[in-house]
Amino acid sequence: MINLLATVAHASSSGDAFEPPTIGEFFPNAVLFQGTIFEMNRIMMIRMLIVVLLIVIFSLWAGSFKKAYKTGKVVPSRFQLMGEISLNFVRNSIAHEQLGKKDGDRFLPLLTTIFFIVLGMNITGIIPTLNIAGTSVIGLPLVLALAAYVTFIYAGVKKHGLGFFKNSLFPAGVPVAFYILVTPIEFLSTFILRPVTLALRLMMNMIAGHLLLVLCFSATQFFFTSSLVEGAMRLFGGGTFLFGFAFTLFEILVAFLQAYVFTLLTTVYIQLAMADEH
Amino acid sequence: MDVNNIAALTGNLAVIGYGLAAVGPGIGVGLVVSKTIESIARQPELAARLQVTMWLGIAFTEALALIGLATPFIFA
Repeated sequence: MINLLATVAHASSSGDAFEPPTIGEFFPNAVLFQGTIFEMNRIMMIRMLIVVLLIVIFSLWAGSFKKAYKTGKVVPSRFQLMGEISLNFVRNSIAHEQLGKKDGDRFLPLLTTIFFIVLGMNITGIIPTLNIAGTSVIGLPLVLALAAYVTFIYAGVKKHGLGFFKNSLFPAGVPVAFYILVTPIEFLSTFILRPVTLALRLMMNMIAGHLLLVLCFSATQFFFTSSLVEGAMRLFGGGTFLFGFAFTLFEILVAFLQAYVFTLLTTVYIQLAMADEH
Repeated sequence: MDVNNIAALTGNLAVIGYGLAAVGPGIGVGLVVSKTIESIARQPELAARLQVTMWLGIAFTEALALIGLATPFIFA
């Protein structure tokens, strides 16, 4: 249990001096199976919790959709409406908007999965007692970025065959001599930087958000409880607490935004891979 | 301490590096958003599509700042 609350108790663990957050935040002590590849720490446990939650919510949604379809009930229940709104958001404003109805529905399962996994894992960053985002260690963003990478290459190859690589490495309408310059840049940006920035953008946003929150709240603890602080200086604690609260609200926005951006970029990459003219 | 030193600096140079790395993307994101606001003011009915493009532009620009945030860990 001590391990689980390690992040929360960060500032109080070492006496009176102020201790700013370090990168060690993201490598908490192992709880189970230490030393094996199945090593569990609190971030892994949070991820598993979110996966279980997502499975439960989605199967409940599926059940309520099926029931409504069977009974022919037109007015949805509140829970069903929540599911319809969330799923339709990905479907209408991301998939159909960028890919069109036919191709949008083809890639919808992947896009929906990516959106809800990223959202669920991000939102744990601001849930009290969990307090760290499941996406703030590189493993999960890397897997999601790889899924997006494989999918957009698959979409391109399926549509254009090997012409996809020709289209993306040797864009039409460029003088032949310029290919010496253009091809390496295109290769770098399409096949290397795309997945790297997808994973890094998500992870770094979550890391920066978490560090900011820890900084604010450990400063609050320092100002309120440390014996090194005297008199009116303690009032600074109120300020840092307010900042921390504001950043918590901001982190909710960031969690949704990063899920949206990750899904949107995946969609756009698929769309670019399938575009006829480059 | 050497008398020629007016002030002694301690700390990590990477902090200054990140400060510099954040300037460009900061200006960039500002430009993206300001142009989007301008465009929406001119043509409010396109707001939804412009906003999607704005988020894309912000995501691409902001990636630079985040790569800057990652480099100290990579080259530490």
